Amino acid sequence: MTIDWTWISEHGSDLTSLTLSHLQAALTAVLLGLLISLPLAVLAHRVRPLRGFLLGLSNVLFTIPSIAVFVLLLPVSGLTRTTTVIGLTIYTLVVLLRNTVEGLDSVPQKTKEAAKAMGTRPMRTLFTVEFPLALPVIMAGVRIATVMSISLVSVATYIGDGGLGQLFTDGFQRNFPTPVIVGVVLTLLLALVADAILVAVQRLLTPWTRTRKG
Amino acid sequence: MYELFKNLGSWLVSGEQWTGSDGIGHRLAEHLQYSLIATLVAAAIALPVGLLIGHTGRGAFVAINLSSFGRALPTVGLVVLVFLASGLSMWPVYIALVALAVPSIVTNTYAGMTAVDPEVRDAARGQGMRAHQVLFQVELPLALPLIMTGLRLALIQVVATATIAAYVSFGGLGRYVFDGLAQRDLVQVLGGAVLVAVVAVVLDLALSGLQRLLFRHRPAATPKSA
Repeated sequence: MTIDWTWISEHGSDLTSLTLSHLQAALTAVLLGLLISLPLAVLAHRVRPLRGFLLGLSNVLFTIPSIAVFVLLLPVSGLTRTTTVIGLTIYTLVVLLRNTVEGLDSVPQKTKEAAKAMGTRPMRTLFTVEFPLALPVIMAGVRIATVMSISLVSVATYIGDGGLGQLFTDGFQRNFPTPVIVGVVLTLLLALVADAILVAVQRLLTPWTRTRKG
Repeated sequence: MYELFKNLGSWLVSGEQWTGSDGIGHRLAEHLQYSLIATLVAAAIALPVGLLIGHTGRGAFVAINLSSFGRALPTVGLVVLVFLASGLSMWPVYIALVALAVPSIVTNTYAGMTAVDPEVRDAARGQGMRAHQVLFQVELPLALPLIMTGLRLALIQVVATATIAAYVSFGGLGRYVFDGLAQRDLVQVLGGAVLVAVVAVVLDLALSGLQRLLFRHRPAATPKSA
């Protein structure tokens, strides 16, 4: 299995646009996933009976094969980018929801009571005390969700989208390994770079965790 | 929407759908075969690695990076790549599924081993237990809940992904998904997806039941997608 280097240099601009479209799908999904899962996680954290239901539901969604999720969305949103993004968002929910709930659970009861005793209102406590303290666990979820989404975008190839995944079908149909290898390598690179950036963002957002360890 | 679910219902319960070589019974058996073999092979590779890393405390870097690498690896690309290299065989499917399952098992096994209280380990050594005795009689039993969690997670992922076998013209429940996709037959796709989800959930419940039965005195660990 040899790599055809001239194919790569000839398709530079295609590869760039596929990579950007790939990244765009994954990042939109993670952002939407966060928008949905943060309020749900607060709800699951505060209203105990809802907790098992919400976490169980997200686990069941996770077991449905991604290809099926994309196809099942076809009657709703057709052969479009929207289908890809909704499908990926569903997958991010299980990780984001569970990690955010776990993060909120990990905030010590005493800290919350102290905030209450100082007269901080519940909403303000949530944003200035609970979320910041839960951030390391939430960010761990965001990292997993991002890497997972980047790897899953390729599956949307079967519904005509899929960013770098199109290289897989291209190589499969023409029995030509180069695009497949390039697609796998670019997907891995994209995931690793995105993960490294998120680690840096987390360090910037939680300066106190650095001094404590040092 | 109602019509769709009604058709799905009749698709799932109709008698002829369950028999024959392209019936649900046969596809289900194929799907289970792919999933169980892949998970067992992955466990045979990943458990010793995870135990070794946890026991010696060396190679934690490997365990952590392996998990993010495994998550980032696009399964479709891997299947196609191995397919182009090996031709029409079960290799692409099994290699991709094992590659998918190994990281979850290694990282959870490692996590379970590091969660063992160091004082317990020291006490075992102080009583004169040898390294392998400490590993098998102390560390392993204490790490078991998390190890089981890793196995359950791996199995769910493998069952959901075994769908892809049909892409390189093999069987399993993915057949319905890909055939339905090609024939624009939404009921068939939906049926395949529902069956895969049911299999994943049932296997997960069975494993968690087994876990509770075997280790009744230990607290159950919550699944971690590490």
